[in-house]
Amino acid sequence: MSGLPHPAWLGLVFVALLAWPFLSPNDYVTLLGVGFLVNVGLVVGLNLVAGYCGQVSLCHATFFGLGAYASGVLAARYGWDPMAGLPAAVALASLGAVIIGIPALRLHGHYLAMATLGFSAIMTVMFNELVSLTGGPNGLLGVPGFVRDFGHPVDMPLGQYLVAWCYAGLCMLIALRLLASRTGRTMRAITFSELAAGGLGVDTARVKIAIFVLAAAMAGAGGWVYVHVNQFASPETFGFLRSVLLLTAVAIGGWGRFWGPLPGALVLTMTPEVLGRFHDFEMLIFGGALVLVLLAYPGGLAALGAALRGRLRRARA
Amino acid sequence: MPPMDAAALLQVLFGGLGTGAIYGLVGLGFSLIYRATGAVNFAQGEWVMLAGMATAAGHMAGFATGLAGAASLLLVVAVGVASYLLAVQRLRDASPLLITMVSIGIAIFTKGAIMVTLGKNPTGYPGPLGDAVLRIAGAAIPAQSLIVLAACAGFIFALQVFFARSRTGLALRAAAADRDAAALVGVPVQRMVMLSFGLAAAAGAVAGLVITPLTLIDYNQGTMLGFKGFSAAMLGGMGHPLGAVAGGLLLGTLEGLAGYAISSRFKEAVAFLLLLAVLFLRPSGLFGKRKAERV
Repeated sequence: MSGLPHPAWLGLVFVALLAWPFLSPNDYVTLLGVGFLVNVGLVVGLNLVAGYCGQVSLCHATFFGLGAYASGVLAARYGWDPMAGLPAAVALASLGAVIIGIPALRLHGHYLAMATLGFSAIMTVMFNELVSLTGGPNGLLGVPGFVRDFGHPVDMPLGQYLVAWCYAGLCMLIALRLLASRTGRTMRAITFSELAAGGLGVDTARVKIAIFVLAAAMAGAGGWVYVHVNQFASPETFGFLRSVLLLTAVAIGGWGRFWGPLPGALVLTMTPEVLGRFHDFEMLIFGGALVLVLLAYPGGLAALGAALRGRLRRARA
Repeated sequence: MPPMDAAALLQVLFGGLGTGAIYGLVGLGFSLIYRATGAVNFAQGEWVMLAGMATAAGHMAGFATGLAGAASLLLVVAVGVASYLLAVQRLRDASPLLITMVSIGIAIFTKGAIMVTLGKNPTGYPGPLGDAVLRIAGAAIPAQSLIVLAACAGFIFALQVFFARSRTGLALRAAAADRDAAALVGVPVQRMVMLSFGLAAAAGAVAGLVITPLTLIDYNQGTMLGFKGFSAAMLGGMGHPLGAVAGGLLLGTLEGLAGYAISSRFKEAVAFLLLLAVLFLRPSGLFGKRKAERV
């Protein structure tokens, strides 16, 4: 198990990320950065559940969608302020996780996979069929952007970038504090041997449920960022395929590695851009990459980075 | 809610049983691989789709449908065995979690490969009885759905005979029951796991071959068929092949009834809601033995 970085490293990385909107040549490139940061927050949460606790969750995109629709519907249909939508987004996604997580995570084996799969399928039907609320398959239109404040319109790409930057940074900071805490050690003990951890008096089910709900809350907040940046939401963004791609990003970045979500989210965000009109090849590539990474390099890109750093250090010595 | 007339109800029930038999066959595949590896094989549904798509492609290219179907069956079994030999067997630490993740990779790879090579449009071929419809007590039942039921029953019967009567079947059961003990008495465990992948792929392929004339098929349908098969297996109790079949029949029938009585728009949601309710109340499935496994 790789060690955790000093919090200063995290600060340094995020200060560096702050340069992106100033370096980017146009709004499109800035917004790619926003997409990347939202993906970082999503992958961080899923990495806690899958990478650190060893639980296969197949509805992470559903929690993302619950957050997006909660705030989006309240703002577009009921005139809520986007800022007031954040607690609603986090609450609805967490509620979903509580309903699914409590019965499923008290059991061993494949119940979480089954329950999350079922939840994903049920919510996809709801997003599509509750047309008067969600706009159905055509999507939710008329979602306002983030409020204008300080005399500056914050719904400019720079403002959106800052919101997403805060979101991703906060998710990584929470993950770091959590992993360094007693609960973090418990999580690693569960992955190593749930039976042994239980024998030592750890309430394993409770830890797993808490992490699952925390990850869903993070995804809900990500949905809030997404819906007010794009000012639109549509069911296919939050479907099963997206959940699977997020899981793939966890594996490619590095299963249970703290820095893994950064390269994982980068691959997830950039692949469709690089493919351009060959975007049909996306599934083929992600599927192949997932198998190859698991076979040849289970530590993912984060472990590759760590190995290169070690080699560099030895070469210098 | 439409009035419950007997003929319509019979039709719904029959349709539900046909779909349920398909779910059962797919679930059987899940159960076989679960018994051998402890993992959930998410590629199972894509194998169903692959069989249908490959046969349709053969049919369009002018080959006899029977020949195309047989070739597709072999192809899918080869893909199943190759998935084991090229991916699963080569994992360094083959934990069920890792095998499950690899199977997700294989699933989206297969789906992507079929989309890129055979296109996105739904396709199909006529069944051996064409569009013939049977009239039973006022209900109209497609003859192909009888073929679906017969094929599923035939495959399950053959599998049971294989497990009960052949030495290989016995060895496979032994390897599933206790890997180490089976290896000690000379059962080639790795070969048995490979065989499980082949049999699971065959179950998926048979399901795909018989369902396509009824519903058509496209690259995207394997995923949902896989979900339903997994659900059937969980409903029946994971690792009990016959339980998976019973679970599939039940799920298909409930789904048909839910679509008829409540709403076809929310049909999928109702089916999964029922499933989750059953699983949370009785985690070992309807037919599985209760195990004291909570720690």
